[in-house]
Amino acid sequence: MNISAKQGERFAHAGLALLLLGLLPLALGPYWLNLVGKYLAFSFVAVGIVLAWGYCGILSLGQGVFFGFGGYAMAMFLKLEASAPELPDFMVWSSVEQLPFWWEPYSSFGVTLASIFLVPIPVAFIFAYAIFRKRVSGVYFAIVTIALSMTLVVLNIGQQGETGGANGITDFSTLLGFDIINDAGKKAIYWVEVGLLLAATTLAALLLHSRFGKLLIAVRDREDRVRFSGFDTAMIKAFIFTVSAVLSSVGGAMFALQAGLVTPSLIGAVTSVELVIYAAVGGRLSVVGAVVGALLVGFTKSYLSEHYPETWLFFLGAMFIFVVWVLPNGLADLFRKILRVKA
Amino acid sequence: MDNALATTSFAVASQRPESIAASQPVNAKSTLMNGKILSIEALTVSFDGFKAVDGLDMSIDENELRVVIGPNGAGKTTLLDMICGKTKPTSGSIRFRGTELSKLSDYQIVRMGVGRKFQTPSIYEDLTVAENLEISIPQVHGVWASIFFRRTKEVRERIAYVAEEIMLKDHLRMKSGKLSHGQKQWLEIGMLLMQDSDLMLLDEPVAGMSPREREETAELLKRIANGKSLVVIEHDMDFVRSIAKKVTVLHQGRLLSEGSVEEVQNDPRVIEVYLGH
Repeated sequence: MNISAKQGERFAHAGLALLLLGLLPLALGPYWLNLVGKYLAFSFVAVGIVLAWGYCGILSLGQGVFFGFGGYAMAMFLKLEASAPELPDFMVWSSVEQLPFWWEPYSSFGVTLASIFLVPIPVAFIFAYAIFRKRVSGVYFAIVTIALSMTLVVLNIGQQGETGGANGITDFSTLLGFDIINDAGKKAIYWVEVGLLLAATTLAALLLHSRFGKLLIAVRDREDRVRFSGFDTAMIKAFIFTVSAVLSSVGGAMFALQAGLVTPSLIGAVTSVELVIYAAVGGRLSVVGAVVGALLVGFTKSYLSEHYPETWLFFLGAMFIFVVWVLPNGLADLFRKILRVKA
Repeated sequence: MDNALATTSFAVASQRPESIAASQPVNAKSTLMNGKILSIEALTVSFDGFKAVDGLDMSIDENELRVVIGPNGAGKTTLLDMICGKTKPTSGSIRFRGTELSKLSDYQIVRMGVGRKFQTPSIYEDLTVAENLEISIPQVHGVWASIFFRRTKEVRERIAYVAEEIMLKDHLRMKSGKLSHGQKQWLEIGMLLMQDSDLMLLDEPVAGMSPREREETAELLKRIANGKSLVVIEHDMDFVRSIAKKVTVLHQGRLLSEGSVEEVQNDPRVIEVYLGH
């Protein structure tokens, strides 16, 4: 079978929709579907990594920061709802007597949703533009981002009374009075998540097909040349970094709903690096591959950590090395070869 | 043949749609500087005390094709780097149609209408020839404008026209990394044509080309020079003779000689520099 790249891509997107909307919900019971939902939350981040790293060469090891932001924003709302009219329990334990001012907006669901989508925009843009304008890129950018995520973890844990500290925020079960713990609730969240994810993958694919998508590749391969064609490349890079930050934040919010808790480790360096592995395994040049990679690595990780609690991280590392070595463009490349998709 | 192409060039240029031509630099300004598109005064740059360019004065006329020659280390590439903003001068001024360039950033200088071709072909190898040209379309430099950019008929015609000009019209859908070395050089020149720069800075455009490709490039540059100013750095004297009316010779960052090819070749100081050691 010989098919064009365009057909191959459509095939992949259709296959993903079929998998998420049809096969998985039909084939899996509530427990497994919930696991899928958790991994899909990470796949939002992986899609963002494909855009920023795969296509524009920006390796961020701090995507957990935005994932954590979205997760905490959602969890704060859920926690306030769960403990109303009292203060959240961990605040009481730390003898915090009044709700911290920055918690207050999160008593409104509308504000919470808006902040999940909107807050990462100025934060990510200003941070990235300032750095890219100074022509800091490549591994130096990766170091700055990983340092940022590690710093925020320390800060977060230190503020036990306001953030829940090392325990994070747990113990909530309703969203606007609607039970999110029972099977029906979980399933409803799954549908919302899949809807958002398919919208994200479709928009990402459209973006990559636009002139801007070609520009991303141009910046990745020859940033100098792009500047000498009259573009402010710092603006281009900051923009795509911001897109990936918003995707991460949305993924984080979905994670809070699926997992029923958030902890500081979501923000941390380990999560951030794992997220890059998801994208690399799936294929850093494939939006659909990123989602499949997140599912696959997620399941592998769960399986291995249950069966080999001591050594599973080594398996994960080996998997990453194997993919980079044998399939530098990930599983998506394997599919391209099998289907003989022309480049 | 040349004339025919030049006329087409004019016709296509004037037909360009509003969306592309909207914020075109106004050509009326060109009269401000007595027909000079570029004037450089007392330009100096030093790297850790070493003066790569030292008190250089020169100017380029509108519609002029100037060749800059000189031995290795004469400061030729550094000169182009300073004009296009890649290197900031230590002192002196570079004025493009009256605007001081040395204070602007590289992409702003490009938007003024100064285009640069680098010594080694600098193209986007993962993109097709058509995509390379499309990215270089001027005045669509914003992020949103790029996302909602439409490949209109005018855009396709412009790409087709430039591709024909640079002898790559049969390769539009080919990944540019697969082009031959000479074709890559042409593609980069084509990108500057798309950019519609009024002043094009070309650093050794025929390096690594076959004799036939050199001839074709000479013809191409002569066609382009019709309506644009070009500054070309070149070593190959046969090639220089075939395109140049006026030659500038640099030596150790200073202006050594300036004039027609014959004048320069008979200048004893030039002979001394090239053959003296």
